Amino acid sequence: MSAIIHGAGAATALTTFNSKKLVAPCRTNLPARSKRCIVVAGSDDASKSFGSSSVLSVRRPQKLIANAVATKTDTSATTGHELLLFEALQEGLEEEMDRDPHVCVMGEDVGHYGGSYKVTKGLADKFGDLRVLDTPICENAFTGMGIGAAMTGLRPVIEGMNMGFLLLAFNQISNNCGMLHYTSGGQFTIPVVIRGPGGVGRQLGAEHSQRLESYFQSIPGIQMVACSTPYNAKGLMKAAIRSENPVILFEHVLLYNLKEKIPDDDYICNLEEAEMVRPGEHITILTYSRMRYHVMQAAKTLVNKGYDPEVIDIRSLKPFDLYTIGNSVKKTHRVLIVEECMRTGGIGASLTAAINENFHDYLDAPVMCLSSQDVPTPYAGTLEEWTVVQPAQIVTAVEQLCQ
Amino acid sequence: MATAFSATLPLHGSSSQENRLLLPSTRLPPPPPPSSFLGSTRSLPIRRLNHAHASRRSPVVAVQEIVKAKKPTNSLLITKEEGLVLYEDMILGRSFEDMCAQMYYRGKMFGFVHLYNGQEAVSTGFIKLLTQSDSVVSTYRDHVHALSKGVSARAVMSELFGKVTGCCRGQGGSMHMFSKEHNMLGGFAFIGEGIPVATGAAFTSKYKREVLKQDCDDVTVAFFGDGTCNNGQFYECLNMAALYKLPIIFVVENNLWAIGMSHLRSTSDPEIWKKGPAFGMPGVHVDGMDVLKVREVAKEAVARARRGEGPTLVECETYRFRGHSLADPDELRDAAEKAKYAARDPITALKKYLIENKLANEAELKSIEKKIDELVEEAVEFAEASPQPGRSQLLENVFADPKGFGIGPDGRYRCEDPKFTEGTAQV
Repeated sequence: MSAIIHGAGAATALTTFNSKKLVAPCRTNLPARSKRCIVVAGSDDASKSFGSSSVLSVRRPQKLIANAVATKTDTSATTGHELLLFEALQEGLEEEMDRDPHVCVMGEDVGHYGGSYKVTKGLADKFGDLRVLDTPICENAFTGMGIGAAMTGLRPVIEGMNMGFLLLAFNQISNNCGMLHYTSGGQFTIPVVIRGPGGVGRQLGAEHSQRLESYFQSIPGIQMVACSTPYNAKGLMKAAIRSENPVILFEHVLLYNLKEKIPDDDYICNLEEAEMVRPGEHITILTYSRMRYHVMQAAKTLVNKGYDPEVIDIRSLKPFDLYTIGNSVKKTHRVLIVEECMRTGGIGASLTAAINENFHDYLDAPVMCLSSQDVPTPYAGTLEEWTVVQPAQIVTAVEQLCQ
Repeated sequence: MATAFSATLPLHGSSSQENRLLLPSTRLPPPPPPSSFLGSTRSLPIRRLNHAHASRRSPVVAVQEIVKAKKPTNSLLITKEEGLVLYEDMILGRSFEDMCAQMYYRGKMFGFVHLYNGQEAVSTGFIKLLTQSDSVVSTYRDHVHALSKGVSARAVMSELFGKVTGCCRGQGGSMHMFSKEHNMLGGFAFIGEGIPVATGAAFTSKYKREVLKQDCDDVTVAFFGDGTCNNGQFYECLNMAALYKLPIIFVVENNLWAIGMSHLRSTSDPEIWKKGPAFGMPGVHVDGMDVLKVREVAKEAVARARRGEGPTLVECETYRFRGHSLADPDELRDAAEKAKYAARDPITALKKYLIENKLANEAELKSIEKKIDELVEEAVEFAEASPQPGRSQLLENVFADPKGFGIGPDGRYRCEDPKFTEGTAQV
């Protein structure tokens, strides 16, 4: 299994990390969550046993990730193939569609056009126009159609061309997607995946730069995950499709061209787990999606200044993996949350509350949360840069917290 | 109520009484004066029944002409068995809803309860033609749709009482009647939000046939009201259903009122059936107080869908005898209008038809009524005796896979916490 991203000049100081601290003794009843790399064989048996404990995650120590957005390829891994993040999503989707004929895709321009970010490229040719359905522009109705199809046996993957467009589908996502399993007394399941690109891009303007995770997080009955690397993009896509719950998979417009070598064999990433990006001792930095790369860029500076940040990509925005997060807080006693969500009512706000509630005794300093400004994302490049958290701010925050 | 629209026209009266349009009785009324109120200046014309122009592609035409004034001997629409099934279903719907009203006022059920009295012909007319694997999607006025589809009266009554034995374990309530066994896909509280779900069920039917190569000709029937026909989801789904030729029938139960909003005050063109051809599907209007007329139209629409010819929009002119819900004082509707439709009670009409055409006699019909009374009484007893949901049920069914509640600080999945099944876990 390849390590994720290697930058030039990866620091060697990190190899002194003590892996034993990460494994807690009380997790004996979850056999799959071991440190070893478990590959899910692509057989029917594996698919049937999914949902119990056949999921896996890699828990090896990682090297320092030095670069922000651009990545260097990893040449030290033995097997695997290299691809870009959107190709990883496509691969995951295609593999699941091959595996289960009930999996279908619906959305605007997913078929003939191949998806506005090419995630569904080639799928319509392979699977046909009904399985990869080009819908008219009616988010509320086609999201509802996906939900109705899911209730009656299909497993739709609904694409929002931009996550912001799903605001038009809020009625269906909140009322039907989230609630129907409950209000039907458990009779109907809604195994949909709602996915699409969101986040602040390069001067896309206010409405195309929205972060919907904050709006959806209160909806009971849904899960939200955010991918950030080709490895976890494919893994989360597959896990989301196989899940019986409705899952919203947040992708980021700027991350689609990340390159990484991923395993050849079948694997999934656990939907409820966070990912340890860089173990450390001094401070816990919690982040997700694109901000992971800003954090890692800041981490490079911080390491040079003598700090040892622990970086965790929370990946699961709802529910939070309080185990990984808690272990980290118990170790470092300081928390910095770096997110692209708005300050008010964002994921960071919820996470701050959860950490304060659960780990208050372990904190040596108040939880600090760096979020985007509560501002509609401006078009001008300079202004846009200032709405989003930049690595320099992260460095300053860490220095402040670690005084 | 003066508006810019009518600023230059003399008002015929400033009181709301005079500006209110009266609904037509048995002849076309004169065009009303340009009034200062917003809404359609047309009244609903009497069905003169030449709708051939309405259906661009299908032979669904004005079936009600065929049904009118028939001689009983050689052209009966139904057999005796069918007639009794229809009668029983409508009596069940009516008795059940009457019992709901009683139970509500006795404090056995709460919240918003929307009763279906008067509209039974639509539910019975359509749903009794469906098989178990066909799907029905409804709105909050869904008790009778559930009953017609086969959900037991016990299950529906218990659900209304909020008991565990309810069809949704007491978690849904009046507005969320679901049954996987009978393919009743709900029960939705917001108007319009069920229509896309119905479209999705129809999509699955087509998918099974064309992608999975299964033998599937299941159809979906979506019921909704006149108010919904001004909602975007309705139009979006008409478009997609016609585009993909989905096996769905959109049934508009036009009872002329959306709580206190008259259909004419809220709709620019109140003839809803016309909106079908605009999207490329037949639009049919039918007298929704006559179960036989509804059934004839429904037969053709269902057959069309099963043949793979696509959707149909059926507008049923019907009426609810009670208020919008049990909390509605129902003060806006005209007594004359109510009386007019009460005279067209679908159950009385069917009874008359059965007796006049010698398909059944009084005694048989009385015995059906008695049987239904007992059934409904028994349903109430069953619901009363059933237990309330326990605390343990609180966290169940939120997720199909309860791992969705996540991993707690102790490293275990929250659903593995023993307090989870007690309903007291922190999630």
